[in-house]
Amino acid sequence: MSYNNSACFNEARRVAIFGGTHGNEMSGVTLVNLWVKNSAEIQRKGVETKPFITNPKAVEKCTRYVDTDLNRAFTSENLSASGGDDQPYEVQRAQEINGIFGPKGSPEAYDVIFDLHNTTSNMGCTLILESSKDHFNLQMMNYIKKAIAPGSCLVLLNEHPLLKYSTSRSVAKHPVGLEVGPQPQGVLRSNIFEAMRVILKHALDFIELFNEGMEFPPCTVEAFRVSERIDYPRDANGNIIAMVHPNLQDCDWEPLNPGDPMFQTFDGKTIRYQGSGTVYPTFINEAAYYEKQQAFVTTRRETLVASSIRKA
Amino acid sequence: MEVDEVVCLPRLPRVAVCGGTHGNELSGVYLMRELLKMEKKETEKEEEPLSVLMVLSNPRAMLQCRRYVDTDLNRCFTHATLNGPISDAAPYEIIRSRELNAMLGPKGSPVAVDLVCDLHNTTANMGLCLIAYSDCDWICLHIFRHLQRQMPDIPMRYIHFDVSNKESYSLDSVGKHGFAMEIGPQPHGVVRSNIYTAMKVGVQNMLDWVRFFNSGTIFEGGFVDVFSMIKHIDYPRDGETRNITAAIHPQLQDRDFCQLHPEDPLFQTFSGETLRYKGNEPLYPFFINECAYYEKGIALSLARKRRVMIPAIRVQTEQEKQANKQEYPSEEEE
Repeated sequence: MSYNNSACFNEARRVAIFGGTHGNEMSGVTLVNLWVKNSAEIQRKGVETKPFITNPKAVEKCTRYVDTDLNRAFTSENLSASGGDDQPYEVQRAQEINGIFGPKGSPEAYDVIFDLHNTTSNMGCTLILESSKDHFNLQMMNYIKKAIAPGSCLVLLNEHPLLKYSTSRSVAKHPVGLEVGPQPQGVLRSNIFEAMRVILKHALDFIELFNEGMEFPPCTVEAFRVSERIDYPRDANGNIIAMVHPNLQDCDWEPLNPGDPMFQTFDGKTIRYQGSGTVYPTFINEAAYYEKQQAFVTTRRETLVASSIRKA
Repeated sequence: MEVDEVVCLPRLPRVAVCGGTHGNELSGVYLMRELLKMEKKETEKEEEPLSVLMVLSNPRAMLQCRRYVDTDLNRCFTHATLNGPISDAAPYEIIRSRELNAMLGPKGSPVAVDLVCDLHNTTANMGLCLIAYSDCDWICLHIFRHLQRQMPDIPMRYIHFDVSNKESYSLDSVGKHGFAMEIGPQPHGVVRSNIYTAMKVGVQNMLDWVRFFNSGTIFEGGFVDVFSMIKHIDYPRDGETRNITAAIHPQLQDRDFCQLHPEDPLFQTFSGETLRYKGNEPLYPFFINECAYYEKGIALSLARKRRVMIPAIRVQTEQEKQANKQEYPSEEEE
């Protein structure tokens, strides 16, 4: 392996942990509140780790958002808009967050932001990656996966030109999404909470090791790349007319082949997947996505390659 | 009660099926929409057609996919709330409860519908439950038994809340007979096909039973296991913020109706400590980790299980009904 393949990054000195980006996703809300009170667990040598509730109004009402989805609000248009109090709450909040942890795209931005989420889908532990070229993140995810084994932690890559969205974590140089399910909105399940806690522990361990000078050799990372968004079948008025089929329900990450059952109408008929090849569906039956016209997303398996990395 | 004695009960000509009492409990919402669609197509061919009222209880909450808009509709049906003074600025659900009471009641009057079946979902792993205020309403208990026999693959329980008619607060208390059909686990805001199908089949079997009953079928007696609610347990909370400081213990999570013994784990604090059940007697937990109950201060509910003997029943004939009238003329007063 030639030395030219080694990537150098500055030490990750400023790290944030976001909870409550969606106010009813309780693992993140609970963990961040815990750590705001007592941050001993998240301290690492040479790192400033800031736990932060991103959407306090939504957390207080135990609702996903107040005016608009905060996790879609970090567009350049929103971040540069003026209008003060007239703007939707979450747009104002995005500007505040960009001010504290950004500005997005600048050298002053935080090094890493972990954004904690839950889903009603049976996704298990999922790490969400926004760029296949972020070697720092790829190495971190590789480290976490190995540390958690034999437990499972999968990587979802959303680099899709149309389906990618402007997340709260995108303010940082290295944004990392943590999605753990299944958990109903507004509910705290002990096993889900503990799983998220363990992932974060390994993530912070990685950062500490990296900052101490450890070199991480080149590696490959299995990922699922977002391909297509599939909506529920609807009638002329836009009402949903079928449910996720019992054969597909809870089968996140399992192959869906052309001809496999996909939806079941309310009177019992099966609607089948008509794609051209095998896909790996995820975010199957996520509550928040009914209004976003999404029953599930399809993904394709890919092997990503990470250069070796070390601190500058 | 003699074993062979058949109890004769009045016909049930009017049944109400209600969905969307909580706007984010989607099996009932979608099932009612489907039934309302189908109602337009079907024609009744029965000799004595059963009148089935299909109701979407809380349309505003359904539109927003929320449990309620101002206040929980399913707590608005006490006599006091239904009959007390009301202003124009009253919460939406209080106004709605009076509309529903006019439509399906009035509660306690002779013209109330005969049976109310109110559809609900829960995030708790409860299977299918019929929840009623009585443990001796033979109609409700026989319907439960019928459902058990027709749907043997679905875990099914009868839950009894020992609340007087005056204090009863839920929509199902408006009818002469009534119960909530509660099915879980399903996250709020989601429809799971297996849960929807169980609800659809449950409602169908319930209506079938009413038709059989009205047409003179004798339903033999037997016994039913009834879970009578004794008390609720709240989460441990922080003294100042009132935020919860522990989650349902992993060994209790999803174990609704598995007997809980003194010293069994109840909660796991966020620092990893196990908090245990300190009651004196083993009880049966249910509504374990129901999302909507966090704000009501309920982590789980506890019930005693007992076996209730139910008599054989059949519908009252016209002659028996007339004979009954002559004996008790005051019952016919409007």
